[in-house]
Amino acid sequence: MSKRTITVTVNGQTHTADVEPRLLLSDFIRHTLGLTGTHVGCEHGVCGACTVLWHDPEDGPLAVRACLTFAVQADGAELTTVEGLAPDPEHLHPLQQAFMDEHGLQCGFCTPGFLMTLVPFLQEHPDPTDAEIRAGIAGNICRCTGYQNIVKAVRKAAGQMGGGDGA
Amino acid sequence: MKPPRFTYFDPHTLPEALDLLQAHGTDAKVLAGGQSLVPMLNMRLARPAVLVDVNRLPGLAYIRDAGTYLAIGALTRHRQVEKSPLVAARCPLLSEAIRWVGHVQIRNRGTMGGSIAHADPGAELPAVVAALGGRIVLAGAGGDRREVTPDNFFLGWFMTSLQPGEMVVEVRVPTAPPHSGQAFVELARRSGDFALCGVAAHVELDDAGRVQDARMALIGVGPGPIVPEVAGVLAGERPGAAALAAAADRARAAAEPEDDVHATADYRRHLAGVLARRALEQALARAGGPAAAAGGAGA
Repeated sequence: MSKRTITVTVNGQTHTADVEPRLLLSDFIRHTLGLTGTHVGCEHGVCGACTVLWHDPEDGPLAVRACLTFAVQADGAELTTVEGLAPDPEHLHPLQQAFMDEHGLQCGFCTPGFLMTLVPFLQEHPDPTDAEIRAGIAGNICRCTGYQNIVKAVRKAAGQMGGGDGA
Repeated sequence: MKPPRFTYFDPHTLPEALDLLQAHGTDAKVLAGGQSLVPMLNMRLARPAVLVDVNRLPGLAYIRDAGTYLAIGALTRHRQVEKSPLVAARCPLLSEAIRWVGHVQIRNRGTMGGSIAHADPGAELPAVVAALGGRIVLAGAGGDRREVTPDNFFLGWFMTSLQPGEMVVEVRVPTAPPHSGQAFVELARRSGDFALCGVAAHVELDDAGRVQDARMALIGVGPGPIVPEVAGVLAGERPGAAALAAAADRARAAAEPEDDVHATADYRRHLAGVLARRALEQALARAGGPAAAAGGAGA
Protein backbone atom coordinates (compact mmCIF):
# COMPACT_ATOMS: atom_id res chain seq x y z
CA MET A 1 0.00 0.00 0.00
CA SER A 2 1.97 3.00 -1.19
CA LYS A 3 2.10 6.04 1.03
CA ARG A 4 0.78 9.48 0.22
CA THR A 5 2.19 12.80 1.31
CA ILE A 6 -0.45 14.90 3.00
CA THR A 7 -0.47 18.39 4.44
CA VAL A 8 -2.93 19.09 7.23
CA THR A 9 -3.32 22.20 9.37
CA VAL A 10 -4.27 21.38 12.96
CA ASN A 11 -4.86 24.10 15.55
CA GLY A 12 -3.22 26.57 13.21
CA GLN A 13 -0.06 24.54 12.70
CA THR A 14 0.68 22.91 9.36
CA HIS A 15 2.07 19.38 9.27
CA THR A 16 3.32 17.31 6.35
CA ALA A 17 3.60 13.54 6.59
CA ASP A 18 3.66 10.38 4.50
CA VAL A 19 0.79 8.10 5.42
CA GLU A 20 -0.83 4.87 4.31
CA PRO A 21 -4.26 5.59 2.81
CA ARG A 22 -5.90 3.35 5.41
CA LEU A 23 -4.55 5.40 8.33
CA LEU A 24 -7.56 6.80 10.17
CA LEU A 25 -7.59 10.51 10.91
CA SER A 26 -7.98 9.69 14.61
CA ASP A 27 -4.75 7.65 14.52
CA PHE A 28 -2.98 10.30 12.43
CA ILE A 29 -3.86 12.96 15.00
CA ARG A 30 -2.87 10.80 17.97
CA HIS A 31 0.17 8.87 16.70
CA THR A 32 1.62 10.86 13.83
CA LEU A 33 1.00 14.29 15.33
CA GLY A 34 1.21 13.28 18.98
CA LEU A 35 -2.03 15.09 19.84
CA THR A 36 -3.54 12.55 22.18
CA GLY A 37 -6.38 14.72 23.43
CA THR A 38 -8.59 13.22 20.73
CA HIS A 39 -9.70 9.82 22.03
CA VAL A 40 -10.70 6.60 20.36
CA GLY A 41 -13.71 4.77 21.77
CA CYS A 42 -15.65 2.64 19.32
CA GLU A 43 -14.04 3.18 15.90
CA HIS A 44 -17.40 2.70 14.25
CA GLY A 45 -19.03 6.04 14.56
CA VAL A 46 -21.33 5.86 17.57
CA CYS A 47 -19.49 7.13 20.66
CA GLY A 48 -18.19 10.56 19.62
CA ALA A 49 -14.93 10.36 21.62
CA CYS A 50 -12.96 11.07 18.45
CA THR A 51 -14.90 14.20 17.45
CA VAL A 52 -12.77 16.96 15.91
CA LEU A 53 -13.65 20.11 14.00
CA TRP A 54 -13.23 20.24 10.24
CA HIS A 55 -13.33 23.83 8.98
CA ASP A 56 -15.52 24.09 5.92
CA PRO A 57 -14.95 27.24 3.83
CA GLU A 58 -18.70 27.87 3.64
CA ASP A 59 -20.20 26.26 6.72
CA GLY A 60 -17.46 26.98 9.25
CA PRO A 61 -16.35 24.43 11.86
CA LEU A 62 -18.11 21.08 11.50
CA ALA A 63 -17.97 18.32 14.09
CA VAL A 64 -16.79 15.12 12.42
CA ARG A 65 -15.91 11.62 13.57
CA ALA A 66 -12.16 11.29 13.07
CA CYS A 67 -12.44 7.48 13.26
CA LEU A 68 -14.57 7.46 10.11
CA THR A 69 -12.23 9.63 8.06
CA PHE A 70 -8.96 8.62 6.46
CA ALA A 71 -6.04 10.99 7.03
CA VAL A 72 -5.52 11.21 3.26
CA GLN A 73 -8.99 12.76 2.97
CA ALA A 74 -7.83 15.60 5.22
CA ASP A 75 -5.04 16.62 2.85
CA GLY A 76 -5.36 20.39 2.58
CA ALA A 77 -7.92 20.60 5.38
CA GLU A 78 -7.94 22.76 8.50
CA LEU A 79 -8.84 21.00 11.72
CA THR A 80 -9.19 21.94 15.34
CA THR A 81 -8.72 19.42 18.14
CA VAL A 82 -9.28 19.84 21.86
CA GLU A 83 -5.69 21.01 22.26
CA GLY A 84 -6.67 24.04 20.21
CA LEU A 85 -9.52 25.18 22.44
CA ALA A 86 -7.83 27.03 25.25
CA PRO A 87 -6.91 30.57 24.17
CA ASP A 88 -3.56 30.42 25.98
CA PRO A 89 -1.78 28.28 28.60
CA GLU A 90 -3.18 30.42 31.41
CA HIS A 91 -6.85 30.26 30.44
CA LEU A 92 -9.44 27.65 29.57
CA HIS A 93 -12.08 27.92 26.86
CA PRO A 94 -15.41 28.85 28.51
CA LEU A 95 -16.73 25.34 27.74
CA GLN A 96 -13.75 23.75 29.44
CA GLN A 97 -14.16 26.04 32.45
CA ALA A 98 -17.89 25.29 32.62
CA PHE A 99 -17.29 21.52 32.49
CA MET A 100 -14.86 21.90 35.36
CA ASP A 101 -17.16 24.17 37.40
CA GLU A 102 -20.27 22.04 36.89
CA HIS A 103 -18.54 18.64 37.32
CA GLY A 104 -19.43 17.74 33.74
CA LEU A 105 -16.72 15.10 33.64
CA GLN A 106 -15.48 12.23 35.82
CA CYS A 107 -12.97 10.05 34.00
CA GLY A 108 -12.72 12.62 31.21
CA PHE A 109 -12.48 10.10 28.37
CA CYS A 110 -15.53 11.39 26.52
CA THR A 111 -14.87 15.03 27.35
CA PRO A 112 -12.76 16.16 24.38
CA GLY A 113 -15.38 14.76 22.02
CA PHE A 114 -18.16 16.58 23.86
CA LEU A 115 -16.22 19.85 23.84
CA MET A 116 -15.58 19.72 20.12
CA THR A 117 -19.22 18.85 19.39
CA LEU A 118 -20.35 21.73 21.58
CA VAL A 119 -18.25 24.46 19.94
CA PRO A 120 -20.27 24.59 16.70
CA PHE A 121 -23.43 23.65 18.60
CA LEU A 122 -23.21 26.80 20.71
CA GLN A 123 -22.39 28.89 17.68
CA GLU A 124 -25.60 27.66 16.10
CA HIS A 125 -27.65 27.65 19.31
CA PRO A 126 -26.26 30.43 21.53
CA ASP A 127 -29.25 30.18 23.87
CA PRO A 128 -30.25 26.53 23.81
CA THR A 129 -33.05 24.85 25.71
CA ASP A 130 -32.25 21.67 27.61
CA ALA A 131 -34.02 19.67 24.89
CA GLU A 132 -31.84 21.28 22.24
CA ILE A 133 -28.72 20.57 24.29
CA ARG A 134 -29.64 16.92 24.69
CA ALA A 135 -30.36 16.62 20.96
CA GLY A 136 -27.09 18.38 20.18
CA ILE A 137 -25.01 15.97 22.27
CA ALA A 138 -26.88 12.87 21.11
CA GLY A 139 -23.85 11.78 19.10
CA ASN A 140 -21.60 11.62 22.16
CA ILE A 141 -21.74 8.90 24.80
CA CYS A 142 -20.66 9.34 28.42
CA ARG A 143 -20.42 6.30 30.67
CA CYS A 144 -19.74 8.15 33.90
CA THR A 145 -21.87 11.19 34.45
CA GLY A 146 -25.44 10.42 33.44
CA TYR A 147 -25.32 13.67 31.41
CA GLN A 148 -27.07 15.99 33.90
CA ASN A 149 -23.90 17.92 34.73
CA ILE A 150 -22.88 18.00 31.10
CA VAL A 151 -26.17 19.74 30.33
CA LYS A 152 -25.57 22.13 33.25
CA ALA A 153 -22.09 22.85 31.95
CA VAL A 154 -23.45 23.66 28.51
CA ARG A 155 -26.05 25.99 30.00
CA LYS A 156 -23.36 27.74 31.98
CA ALA A 157 -21.04 28.05 28.99
CA ALA A 158 -23.88 29.37 26.83
CA GLY A 159 -24.58 32.03 29.41
CA GLN A 160 -20.97 33.06 29.48
CA MET A 161 -20.46 32.99 25.75
CA GLY A 162 -23.19 35.54 25.18
CA GLY A 163 -26.36 33.47 25.15
CA GLY A 164 -29.32 34.02 27.48
CA ASP A 165 -30.54 31.65 30.15
CA GLY A 166 -32.03 29.19 27.69
CA ALA A 167 -35.54 29.20 29.11
CA MET B 1 -10.76 -2.25 14.61
CA LYS B 2 -8.39 -0.98 11.94
CA PRO B 3 -9.23 -1.05 8.25
CA PRO B 4 -7.53 -3.54 5.93
CA ARG B 5 -5.22 -2.39 3.13
CA PHE B 6 -6.71 -0.94 -0.03
CA THR B 7 -5.55 0.95 -3.08
CA TYR B 8 -6.78 4.54 -2.86
CA PHE B 9 -7.73 6.91 -5.65
CA ASP B 10 -9.10 10.40 -5.29
CA PRO B 11 -10.09 11.50 -8.79
CA HIS B 12 -10.78 15.15 -9.46
CA THR B 13 -13.29 14.72 -12.29
CA LEU B 14 -16.36 12.56 -12.73
CA PRO B 15 -15.07 10.93 -15.96
CA GLU B 16 -11.90 9.95 -14.09
CA ALA B 17 -13.96 8.45 -11.27
CA LEU B 18 -16.15 6.48 -13.66
CA ASP B 19 -13.09 5.21 -15.57
CA LEU B 20 -11.61 3.97 -12.29
CA LEU B 21 -14.86 2.26 -11.32
CA GLN B 22 -15.08 0.69 -14.75
CA ALA B 23 -11.46 -0.47 -14.63
CA HIS B 24 -11.72 -2.03 -11.17
CA GLY B 25 -15.27 -3.37 -11.36
CA THR B 26 -16.39 -5.30 -8.31
CA ASP B 27 -13.02 -4.74 -6.61
CA ALA B 28 -13.87 -1.07 -6.10
CA LYS B 29 -16.12 0.75 -3.64
CA VAL B 30 -17.02 4.41 -3.79
CA LEU B 31 -16.03 6.41 -0.70
CA ALA B 32 -18.26 9.44 -0.17
CA GLY B 33 -19.17 10.50 3.40
CA GLY B 34 -17.80 7.23 4.73
CA GLN B 35 -20.25 7.18 7.63
CA SER B 36 -21.50 3.72 6.71
CA LEU B 37 -18.57 2.35 4.69
CA VAL B 38 -15.71 3.17 7.05
CA PRO B 39 -17.30 1.43 10.06
CA MET B 40 -17.57 -1.65 7.85
CA LEU B 41 -13.88 -1.38 6.94
CA ASN B 42 -12.91 -0.76 10.55
CA MET B 43 -14.79 -3.88 11.62
CA ARG B 44 -13.43 -5.70 8.56
CA LEU B 45 -16.94 -6.56 7.42
CA ALA B 46 -15.90 -5.18 4.04
CA ARG B 47 -12.50 -5.48 2.40
CA PRO B 48 -12.66 -3.63 -0.92
CA ALA B 49 -9.38 -3.88 -2.80
CA VAL B 50 -9.89 -0.37 -4.18
CA LEU B 51 -11.49 2.77 -2.75
CA VAL B 52 -12.49 5.53 -5.12
CA ASP B 53 -12.84 8.66 -3.00
CA VAL B 54 -15.33 10.93 -4.75
CA ASN B 55 -15.22 13.82 -2.28
CA ARG B 56 -13.11 15.97 -4.59
CA LEU B 57 -15.48 15.71 -7.56
CA PRO B 58 -16.85 19.15 -8.38
CA GLY B 59 -20.43 19.97 -9.19
CA LEU B 60 -22.13 17.05 -7.43
CA ALA B 61 -23.40 18.89 -4.35
CA TYR B 62 -26.56 20.83 -5.12
CA ILE B 63 -30.26 21.07 -4.36
CA ARG B 64 -32.23 22.33 -7.38
CA ASP B 65 -35.92 22.99 -7.74
CA ALA B 66 -36.94 21.23 -10.94
CA GLY B 67 -40.66 21.91 -10.46
CA THR B 68 -42.21 18.50 -9.88
CA TYR B 69 -39.11 17.29 -8.07
CA LEU B 70 -36.00 18.43 -6.23
CA ALA B 71 -32.78 17.35 -7.93
CA ILE B 72 -30.24 16.60 -5.22
CA GLY B 73 -26.65 15.94 -6.18
CA ALA B 74 -25.09 12.76 -4.84
CA LEU B 75 -22.42 14.61 -2.84
CA THR B 76 -24.91 16.85 -1.06
CA ARG B 77 -24.23 16.40 2.66
CA HIS B 78 -27.18 15.53 4.90
CA ARG B 79 -26.45 18.72 6.79
CA GLN B 80 -27.14 20.77 3.66
CA VAL B 81 -30.49 19.03 3.17
CA GLU B 82 -31.32 19.59 6.83
CA LYS B 83 -30.57 23.31 6.63
CA SER B 84 -32.19 23.88 3.25
CA PRO B 85 -35.22 26.21 3.21
CA LEU B 86 -35.99 24.90 -0.28
CA VAL B 87 -36.30 21.33 1.00
CA ALA B 88 -38.37 22.47 3.99
CA ALA B 89 -40.77 24.28 1.70
CA ARG B 90 -40.99 21.88 -1.23
CA CYS B 91 -40.52 18.46 0.36
CA PRO B 92 -41.34 18.56 4.07
CA LEU B 93 -41.07 14.77 4.28
CA LEU B 94 -37.40 14.88 3.38
CA SER B 95 -36.79 17.80 5.72
CA GLU B 96 -38.35 15.84 8.59
CA ALA B 97 -36.75 12.50 7.75
CA ILE B 98 -33.19 13.86 7.48
CA ARG B 99 -33.24 14.86 11.16
CA TRP B 100 -33.51 11.17 12.04
CA VAL B 101 -30.34 10.23 10.14
CA GLY B 102 -27.69 9.42 12.73
CA HIS B 103 -26.28 12.34 14.69
CA VAL B 104 -25.00 15.77 13.77
CA GLN B 105 -21.46 14.47 13.20
CA ILE B 106 -22.79 11.89 10.76
CA ARG B 107 -24.94 14.44 8.96
CA ASN B 108 -21.93 16.72 8.53
CA ARG B 109 -20.21 14.13 6.32
CA GLY B 110 -22.85 11.68 5.12
CA THR B 111 -24.18 12.22 1.61
CA MET B 112 -27.46 11.70 -0.22
CA GLY B 113 -25.84 9.53 -2.90
CA GLY B 114 -24.01 7.47 -0.32
CA SER B 115 -27.11 6.77 1.74
CA ILE B 116 -29.07 5.74 -1.35
CA ALA B 117 -26.26 3.57 -2.74
CA HIS B 118 -25.62 1.89 0.62
CA ALA B 119 -29.30 0.89 0.82
CA ASP B 120 -29.37 0.05 4.50
CA PRO B 121 -32.81 -1.45 5.23
CA GLY B 122 -32.99 0.80 8.28
CA ALA B 123 -32.12 3.99 6.42
CA GLU B 124 -34.52 6.91 6.23
CA LEU B 125 -33.61 8.39 2.85
CA PRO B 126 -34.38 5.32 0.71
CA ALA B 127 -37.80 5.23 2.39
CA VAL B 128 -38.46 8.86 1.44
CA VAL B 129 -37.53 8.17 -2.18
CA ALA B 130 -39.64 4.98 -2.20
CA ALA B 131 -42.65 6.59 -0.52
CA LEU B 132 -42.72 9.53 -2.92
CA GLY B 133 -41.86 7.56 -6.04
CA GLY B 134 -38.63 9.43 -6.73
CA ARG B 135 -35.83 8.50 -9.11
CA ILE B 136 -32.18 7.62 -8.75
CA VAL B 137 -29.84 8.83 -11.49
CA LEU B 138 -26.79 6.69 -12.19
CA ALA B 139 -23.76 7.53 -14.31
CA GLY B 140 -21.64 4.89 -16.01
CA ALA B 141 -18.77 4.49 -18.39
CA GLY B 142 -18.61 7.17 -21.03
CA GLY B 143 -20.76 9.42 -18.88
CA ASP B 144 -24.03 7.73 -19.88
CA ARG B 145 -26.80 8.34 -17.40
CA ARG B 146 -29.85 6.26 -16.56
CA GLU B 147 -32.77 6.82 -14.22
CA VAL B 148 -34.03 4.02 -11.99
CA THR B 149 -37.23 3.76 -9.96
CA PRO B 150 -36.91 2.87 -6.26
CA ASP B 151 -38.37 -0.60 -6.64
CA ASN B 152 -35.93 -1.36 -9.43
CA PHE B 153 -33.04 0.10 -7.46
CA PHE B 154 -33.40 -1.24 -3.92
CA LEU B 155 -32.97 -5.01 -4.19
CA GLY B 156 -32.84 -5.73 -0.47
CA TRP B 157 -30.16 -6.16 2.19
CA PHE B 158 -27.69 -3.48 1.06
CA MET B 159 -27.97 -4.55 -2.58
CA THR B 160 -28.90 -2.22 -5.40
CA SER B 161 -29.04 -2.44 -9.14
CA LEU B 162 -25.85 -0.39 -9.44
CA GLN B 163 -23.67 -2.14 -12.00
CA PRO B 164 -19.87 -2.29 -11.66
CA GLY B 165 -18.53 0.94 -13.10
CA GLU B 166 -21.61 2.98 -12.12
CA MET B 167 -22.22 5.48 -9.37
CA VAL B 168 -25.17 7.49 -8.12
CA VAL B 169 -24.93 11.10 -9.29
CA GLU B 170 -28.34 12.52 -8.44
CA VAL B 171 -31.46 11.70 -6.48
CA ARG B 172 -34.83 13.13 -7.56
CA VAL B 173 -37.37 13.63 -4.83
CA PRO B 174 -40.90 14.65 -5.85
CA THR B 175 -42.11 17.95 -4.45
CA ALA B 176 -45.27 18.11 -2.37
CA PRO B 177 -48.28 19.35 -4.34
CA PRO B 178 -50.88 21.72 -2.84
CA HIS B 179 -53.35 20.09 -0.43
CA SER B 180 -50.83 17.44 0.54
CA GLY B 181 -49.42 16.52 3.93
CA GLN B 182 -46.37 14.50 4.89
CA ALA B 183 -44.94 13.00 8.06
CA PHE B 184 -41.96 10.90 9.09
CA VAL B 185 -42.10 9.08 12.42
CA GLU B 186 -39.54 6.72 13.86
CA LEU B 187 -38.81 4.78 17.02
CA ALA B 188 -35.27 3.99 18.10
CA ARG B 189 -33.92 2.99 21.50
CA ARG B 190 -31.55 5.93 21.72
CA SER B 191 -31.50 9.13 19.76
CA GLY B 192 -29.69 8.49 16.50
CA ASP B 193 -29.78 4.69 16.73
CA PHE B 194 -30.95 2.64 13.80
CA ALA B 195 -34.74 2.61 13.68
CA LEU B 196 -36.65 -0.24 15.26
CA CYS B 197 -39.31 0.94 12.85
CA GLY B 198 -39.98 4.11 10.88
CA VAL B 199 -42.74 5.28 8.58
CA ALA B 200 -42.79 7.90 5.82
CA ALA B 201 -46.30 8.98 4.88
CA HIS B 202 -47.69 11.25 2.18
CA VAL B 203 -51.36 12.09 1.57
CA GLU B 204 -53.07 14.28 -0.99
CA LEU B 205 -56.53 15.73 -0.65
CA ASP B 206 -58.87 16.94 -3.35
CA ASP B 207 -60.59 20.35 -3.23
CA ALA B 208 -63.36 18.90 -1.09
CA GLY B 209 -60.91 17.58 1.50
CA ARG B 210 -61.23 13.91 0.54
CA VAL B 211 -58.16 11.70 0.23
CA GLN B 212 -57.09 11.45 -3.37
CA ASP B 213 -53.79 9.65 -2.86
CA ALA B 214 -51.88 8.12 0.03
CA ARG B 215 -48.39 6.67 -0.05
CA MET B 216 -46.24 5.12 2.63
CA ALA B 217 -42.90 3.42 3.17
CA LEU B 218 -41.70 1.48 6.22
CA ILE B 219 -38.14 1.01 7.46
CA GLY B 220 -36.62 -1.42 9.91
CA VAL B 221 -39.13 -4.14 9.07
CA GLY B 222 -37.69 -5.80 6.04
CA PRO B 223 -34.80 -6.07 3.60
CA GLY B 224 -35.45 -2.60 2.21
CA PRO B 225 -38.10 0.11 2.25
CA ILE B 226 -41.47 -1.67 2.39
CA VAL B 227 -44.22 0.06 0.44
CA PRO B 228 -47.66 -1.16 1.54
CA GLU B 229 -50.62 -0.24 -0.63
CA VAL B 230 -52.73 2.07 1.50
CA ALA B 231 -54.36 4.39 -1.04
CA GLY B 232 -57.21 1.94 -1.55
CA VAL B 233 -58.39 1.94 2.07
CA LEU B 234 -57.99 5.71 2.48
CA ALA B 235 -59.37 7.10 -0.77
CA GLY B 236 -62.69 8.87 -0.71
CA GLU B 237 -63.96 10.56 2.43
CA ARG B 238 -61.78 11.96 5.15
CA PRO B 239 -60.59 8.79 6.82
CA GLY B 240 -62.05 7.91 10.17
CA ALA B 241 -60.89 5.41 12.73
CA ALA B 242 -61.87 2.39 10.64
CA ALA B 243 -59.94 3.50 7.56
CA LEU B 244 -56.85 4.37 9.60
CA ALA B 245 -57.04 0.98 11.31
CA ALA B 246 -57.28 -0.69 7.91
CA ALA B 247 -54.21 1.21 6.74
CA ALA B 248 -52.34 0.13 9.88
CA ASP B 249 -53.38 -3.46 9.11
CA ARG B 250 -51.95 -3.11 5.61
CA ALA B 251 -48.68 -1.83 7.07
CA ARG B 252 -48.46 -4.71 9.52
CA ALA B 253 -49.27 -7.24 6.82
CA ALA B 254 -46.66 -5.84 4.43
CA ALA B 255 -43.88 -5.79 7.03
CA GLU B 256 -41.34 -8.63 6.89
CA PRO B 257 -39.44 -8.14 10.14
CA GLU B 258 -36.98 -10.58 11.67
CA ASP B 259 -35.95 -11.21 15.27
CA ASP B 260 -32.64 -9.66 16.22
CA VAL B 261 -30.77 -8.46 19.30
CA HIS B 262 -32.65 -5.15 19.30
CA ALA B 263 -36.26 -6.34 19.00
CA THR B 264 -38.43 -9.31 18.14
CA ALA B 265 -40.15 -9.53 14.79
CA ASP B 266 -43.49 -9.32 16.61
CA TYR B 267 -42.56 -6.06 18.25
CA ARG B 268 -41.35 -4.52 15.00
CA ARG B 269 -44.54 -5.62 13.26
CA HIS B 270 -46.56 -4.10 16.09
CA LEU B 271 -44.62 -0.85 15.69
CA ALA B 272 -45.31 -0.83 11.96
CA GLY B 273 -49.03 -0.62 12.70
CA VAL B 274 -48.70 1.97 15.46
CA LEU B 275 -46.34 4.24 13.55
CA ALA B 276 -48.22 3.90 10.27
CA ARG B 277 -51.32 5.17 11.97
CA ARG B 278 -49.44 7.98 13.70
CA ALA B 279 -47.72 9.08 10.49
CA LEU B 280 -50.97 9.07 8.55
CA GLU B 281 -52.76 11.08 11.22
CA GLN B 282 -50.01 13.70 11.17
CA ALA B 283 -49.88 13.79 7.39
CA LEU B 284 -53.66 14.17 7.15
CA ALA B 285 -53.67 16.95 9.72
CA ARG B 286 -50.97 18.80 7.80
CA ALA B 287 -52.77 18.29 4.48
CA GLY B 288 -56.02 19.63 5.80
CA GLY B 289 -54.57 22.68 7.44
CA PRO B 290 -55.79 24.23 10.71
CA ALA B 291 -59.40 23.10 10.40
CA ALA B 292 -58.44 19.47 10.05
CA ALA B 293 -55.89 19.67 12.83
CA ALA B 294 -58.50 21.14 15.17
CA GLY B 295 -60.92 18.39 14.18
CA GLY B 296 -58.88 15.97 16.26
CA ALA B 297 -57.19 13.76 13.71
CA GLY B 298 -54.84 12.97 16.56
CA ALA B 299 -51.71 14.80 15.39
